Amino acid sequence: MTSPVATLAQRAAADVPPPRRRGSTLLRHLAIAAGAGVILYFVTYQLDPFRNYQLATAAAYLCATAGLTVLVGLSGQLSLGHGALMATGAYTVALVQNKFSDSGTTGSWTLVVSLALGIATATAVGAVVGLAAARLRGPYLAGVTLAVAITVPAITTTLDEIFNGDQGLSVYVEPPPLALGATFPNERWQAWLALVAALLTMLLLANLVRSRFGRSFRAIRDDEVAAALAGIHVARTQVLAFVVSAACAGLSGGMFAVLALSVSPSAFALTLSLFLLLAIVIGGLGSLAGAVWGAALLVVLPDLTESLTDRLTLSPAAEQRLAGNLPLAIFGLTLVVVMIAAPGGLQGLVRRGARWWRAAPDARRAAD
Amino acid sequence: MDRFVFLTLDGLSKGAVYAAFALALVLIWRSTRIVNFAQGALAVVTAYVAYSVTAATTYWLGFAVAIAAGLVLGAVVERGVMRFVEQAPPLNAVTVGLGLVLLIQGALGMIYGNDFRFFPAPVSRHALDIGSLPLLSPYDIVVFASVLLVMALLAVLFTRTRVGLRMRAAAFAPEVSRLLGVRVGRMLTLGWALSAAVGALAGMLVIPTGLGLHPTAMDLVFVTSFTAAVVGGFDSPVGAVVGGVAVGLVLSYVTGYFGADLTPIAVLVLLLAVLLVRPAGLFAGTKARHV
Repeated sequence: MTSPVATLAQRAAADVPPPRRRGSTLLRHLAIAAGAGVILYFVTYQLDPFRNYQLATAAAYLCATAGLTVLVGLSGQLSLGHGALMATGAYTVALVQNKFSDSGTTGSWTLVVSLALGIATATAVGAVVGLAAARLRGPYLAGVTLAVAITVPAITTTLDEIFNGDQGLSVYVEPPPLALGATFPNERWQAWLALVAALLTMLLLANLVRSRFGRSFRAIRDDEVAAALAGIHVARTQVLAFVVSAACAGLSGGMFAVLALSVSPSAFALTLSLFLLLAIVIGGLGSLAGAVWGAALLVVLPDLTESLTDRLTLSPAAEQRLAGNLPLAIFGLTLVVVMIAAPGGLQGLVRRGARWWRAAPDARRAAD
Repeated sequence: MDRFVFLTLDGLSKGAVYAAFALALVLIWRSTRIVNFAQGALAVVTAYVAYSVTAATTYWLGFAVAIAAGLVLGAVVERGVMRFVEQAPPLNAVTVGLGLVLLIQGALGMIYGNDFRFFPAPVSRHALDIGSLPLLSPYDIVVFASVLLVMALLAVLFTRTRVGLRMRAAAFAPEVSRLLGVRVGRMLTLGWALSAAVGALAGMLVIPTGLGLHPTAMDLVFVTSFTAAVVGGFDSPVGAVVGGVAVGLVLSYVTGYFGADLTPIAVLVLLLAVLLVRPAGLFAGTKARHV
């Protein structure tokens, strides 16, 4: 039997012909990223602080979902443990930031250094997990990554002096630079930071996906034996995919530490790892656009259900029961329905719609 | 030494439950190549059914109703949801399973609320003194007896009956079985029903030893049993039982000698140690590579 993830990926690959475009891929991606950056820059001025914070959260999620969709969707390795990798990044950022503030070092560059260190630690941990993962297939890989996901609270409690157990650490982050003006809202600054991280991640991943490595990922996912015969070093490429994905998760975790100004094991529980996976599957596995959908859903869906329950007038007891549980139930139901009705996820629907639009202009004209 | 004996017996008792739960996972994996991530949530549903019935009548009636509810629930989930993803890529089934977990936990939370509820044990959980040692409690004996009984019944079913043969055939070669007149779809439904019933039994046995009944009461048991099945090899029922007992013992020793906080790390180490030597579990058969 081939790896279970591989067969999934074969189907996903079947309906995604690699687009052929002229000109430099790098330049095109740079242009798209710059365009998105300019638009988002103006958007952050239109949003109120709460929406800006939500935008920042979605951008932080995007770093992780984009990395995960490359791992699961392109290289065909399932990971249920990305929450733990995010925790690695987050705790590193927290420790380094607090070191900086203790020693009185200030400046915007400190944040860059701690995020870089966060990425580096997550990458190192990801390399270790990836080495084990490259040997494993199907449920065995799922089992190991699941076990990794649940070790986070165990480690933070055991190394109590460093990580402060269940309480977690608070993170010192400097206010927005004074050059932006004294009344510059902190949330807009946070949104900028997270958006820069997300755009950089997307830019790098988009180029990786279109590169020799991206092609190797897909080749291994579709048929390991054929890929090996074509001269691809299967294990090495799989570890590479895991490492890249871990780096993205580390950045995402670090951004969450910066946004929440605190880190604790409960923020990186098993449910986070599962939610990341669910987000990329609903969004459309293996596509970076799908990762954007997924990240947005992770922020929007809880918000929507909350405003839905607010709209209903209920007794306090009933309200207490619905709080938290209704979003959970709705999220679960959405997953089941999407998986059965539209297995390609939201991006699959978009793609199908676009193809129909392109393929049948005459038919549409005839219908008019 | 006393402590070691006590921890061993405690580990065996926990391991028996993990073994049963792992067996339920392996049952479904062997027939449909699906890891049923909703197994724990389904068991919690049956436990809540038992809770409601027990509150109105007696414990044993609740117990019987829970097992019956497991059978029905397994069949409903297979027919209603899983049938649509059985032919699809495996990650779809994983996702649907996780979706069911969220749906069930949300629904149970809305119906019963999110507080821990006392879930009764049928017999005393106090250990009987043998010599001067507190060793086994009557409850441990019930656990051993029921898990052994279920395993024996399953073994007889699969190796000695016509239905068992059909189920194995349907899992091994669905197309050929269909040509030979086996109702493959029905066999799959039966497999899911049996598996959910075994899961319900495991839930009934393990929940009284924990904090109480809660929508997420089986989450950790699921993860542990999943590990047990991985250690033993997902394709081997014997492996699931051995893996379950092994994981139960490791958890008991680590908890007893080093503290409960370290157990997830111990599970991870055990898993890595086994899988790095045998990447498909201890009891994996040698298999031709699919090219």
